[in-house]
Amino acid sequence: MADTPPHTPADDPACVEVVELVTDYLEGALPEAEARRLERHLDTCPGCTEYLEQLRAIAGSLRGLTDESFPAELRDGLIADFRSLGNA
Amino acid sequence: MKRLSKSGDEDVVTALRRGDADAFATLVDRHSRAMIRVAMAYVPTRAAAEEVVQETWIAVMRGIDRFEGRSSLKTWIFRILTNVAMRAGARERRSVPFSALAEAENTGEPSVDPDRFLAADHELFPGHWAIMPTRWPTPEEGLLAGETREVIAAAIAGLPAAQRTVIALRDVEGWNSEEVVDALEISPGNQRILLHRARTRVRSAIEAYYGAVEEIDYEAVTAQLMGDTVEQEPDSQ
Repeated sequence: MADTPPHTPADDPACVEVVELVTDYLEGALPEAEARRLERHLDTCPGCTEYLEQLRAIAGSLRGLTDESFPAELRDGLIADFRSLGNA
Repeated sequence: MKRLSKSGDEDVVTALRRGDADAFATLVDRHSRAMIRVAMAYVPTRAAAEEVVQETWIAVMRGIDRFEGRSSLKTWIFRILTNVAMRAGARERRSVPFSALAEAENTGEPSVDPDRFLAADHELFPGHWAIMPTRWPTPEEGLLAGETREVIAAAIAGLPAAQRTVIALRDVEGWNSEEVVDALEISPGNQRILLHRARTRVRSAIEAYYGAVEEIDYEAVTAQLMGDTVEQEPDSQ
């Protein structure tokens, strides 16, 4: 990818475009030049900065939010099956 | 989540082949919750998902001698799970590969309501925020604290299946992108799209919960920039 020109207004992405790129940015999946372009936008845009921080907060704070667990009786049944398979 | 190293896999596989029930129990405890999440993408009920997980573990204990180590043990287990879940889904007449689910959910839906932005032909701020993201209490105060937890849980539960599965594995279970891509057999690009859609929907739900939106008075800002006099003061933020 070619180097981007120095910061010019024409180079600045619109916020409506930035919000679609935030996860790719957080995942490190944006090409270098595009990542820099996004960062320059963030430097001067409080709305997109807030948006990015909110998605980052969501990404980083859901550990332990769990409504899933494997029923203990199924677990214990499987382990008993495993034991009996070994003795077969 | 710490990934099993190759040698870690070898130790576990050796233990399983030896009939070490503790090793099997550890494996069941480590993966079953995530397996239920994945199975839920294929079958309609919680009970059916539990059956899929149970059947998968039986296949794992019977088939461990055939594991060749060409993928990680975890990937191998999740491939079996996918096959079992697809068969179960077929019985329920709703079997589609995960990649097809992912494709169907990729509707190009915007991450933020387009009404939140100024028009593309706006004179000074095309496509910029008209209504800023609503601020909410910072993570230190706890996104999972109090009622927000319920909001987030409900938002995730209400997501389309592929998005729900990806955000659950990535953000709730803490898997990395490579693990999710391997287990669900989707492309890295699709994984990111699903994750983005899921996180943005959770964000919207939290924002809606905190309610108030902050509208920027761009007309006043524009007028001021252009040197016009305005009757109203720009909103302070």
